[in-house]
Amino acid sequence: MTDVPNNGSYNASLEDTVWVEEVAFIDSVPRWIAMTFVFLVFIGTWQLVTSLGMVSPIILPTPWETLQDMIFVGKNLLTGGYMLGSLWITIKEVIYGFALAIAIGFSLGVLVGETAFGEKAVMPYLVAIDTMPKVAFAPLFVAWLGFGIESKVALAAFIATFPIVVGTAAGLHAADDNARMLFKTMGASRWQTLVKMKLPTGLPQIFTGLKIGAVGVMAGAITGEFLGGGKGFGELIRVAASQLNTPRVFSLILYLSFVGLALYLMVQWTQRRLVFWQKETVGRYDG
Amino acid sequence: MSAVLAHDYSGAPVGAPVYELTHVSKTYARNSVIALEDVSLTLRKGSFTSVIGSSGCGKSTLLKIMAGLIPPSKGRVILQEQPVTGPRRDIGMMFQQATLFPWKTAVENIVLPIEIRDGKAAAKKALDKAYELLDIVGLKGFENVYPNELSGGMAQRASICRMLITEPAVLLLDEPFSALDELSRDMMNMELQRICREQNATAFLVTHSIQEAVILSDEIVVMKPRPGRIAEIVEVDLPRPRTLDMMTTPKFGEIVDHIRGQLDKGEDM
Repeated sequence: MTDVPNNGSYNASLEDTVWVEEVAFIDSVPRWIAMTFVFLVFIGTWQLVTSLGMVSPIILPTPWETLQDMIFVGKNLLTGGYMLGSLWITIKEVIYGFALAIAIGFSLGVLVGETAFGEKAVMPYLVAIDTMPKVAFAPLFVAWLGFGIESKVALAAFIATFPIVVGTAAGLHAADDNARMLFKTMGASRWQTLVKMKLPTGLPQIFTGLKIGAVGVMAGAITGEFLGGGKGFGELIRVAASQLNTPRVFSLILYLSFVGLALYLMVQWTQRRLVFWQKETVGRYDG
Repeated sequence: MSAVLAHDYSGAPVGAPVYELTHVSKTYARNSVIALEDVSLTLRKGSFTSVIGSSGCGKSTLLKIMAGLIPPSKGRVILQEQPVTGPRRDIGMMFQQATLFPWKTAVENIVLPIEIRDGKAAAKKALDKAYELLDIVGLKGFENVYPNELSGGMAQRASICRMLITEPAVLLLDEPFSALDELSRDMMNMELQRICREQNATAFLVTHSIQEAVILSDEIVVMKPRPGRIAEIVEVDLPRPRTLDMMTTPKFGEIVDHIRGQLDKGEDM
């Protein structure tokens, strides 16, 4: 008894009473099962709504029709049909647009984030342009650059540039006073401070900008095709919609989303390799 | 202020003057606030000096001037017979945060000052020395670990190595352990004392803790605010090496009380 002081209430009959931490059900379910569940609920509701005739088939095709059309489009793409050519055009627009946005966005971001002149004199204009509805510039780009892919690249880049500027500028401000003071005491030049400290410190923010840009560049390319014609995937969607071929519209959108997803994942993959020290915040948009 | 000359206790700062400040004042032009007024101070080789005072007493301004980060408005600042006109490699600095860069391993962080000043090749040559330093601070085996995997105390040990890699003549310590818990803090202070003795380093510590100042220092500069000036320079004639037990001795308590009295006189905290 003297071994267990201040514990008089402890006795043998209570020994079996163990307080177990309760685990929430969702914590015990693997992610892929949870995701599949949501997918099935979604598809099930969709099938139900369409097969009960609650919505006109012209407005909303059944999941089955959509899948069949996806197979058709998939075959066309795999056999090098006309759709592959269209998809390739859109992919080129997205890649060129993103590359252009990165080049311009990063340069402007460094100008704005690193120099007092950029912050004072250039930033206000960038903010002003950023608040404009950028899609409205599409007709101008068509007038300047024609109906080819140039006008789509321009719109895509135009939309994607701003998040990259903001991300880069924010990233360059991310270093704390201690790090700045440390670099000063080491006698670092402005260039060294930028390259060896501010840029690496700001990589997470820069990549957040790149991810938002990657989403925007896709939207820009398709909007450009809607408004400026051409032969891209956006044009296929527009034509299918005008023919009330809704299953085709749906399947084309799904294939486009694969392209967008691929671009996003590429950025994320690069981020994970480059910013290996950053803690993962799974499932977050800015992760 | 230059009254400190003869000492008969062991470990006294009997070395030659390393760092000399004469009648240093600093007025910030922006709001014409007098941050420092007529500060004169001499750090001797191998001595440990602390500065203590309430916020606004100008101790961080003083530290920045000593580090060559900002120029004084008046007065002379001389380190190793050379006026300080900017950051120098014979000044080592340490901050409250370890400020290790997460994309570099411990050892890469430590040779960073060399990389900045002399380039990558020189930094590579300094690696051996970095390994040695890591061994001295008890981080053997953590050379190639990234800072994310180090505890707060370990990170501060690594930042001690980074400060020592250029073999600075003076160590400027800006509340280096105040972010640590009290137990690690005491331990790190004893480590710091040992390292300073082994390297015969001249150290200058800014702190908020009277106990910390007394246990580490040969001299304590008590400062008063508005305008920032030296109220008194207190000698600490406890024997060296200091141990944590000394914190319970009457002598220690006496010195702490004396400094607290000085600080209380300096208006509101």
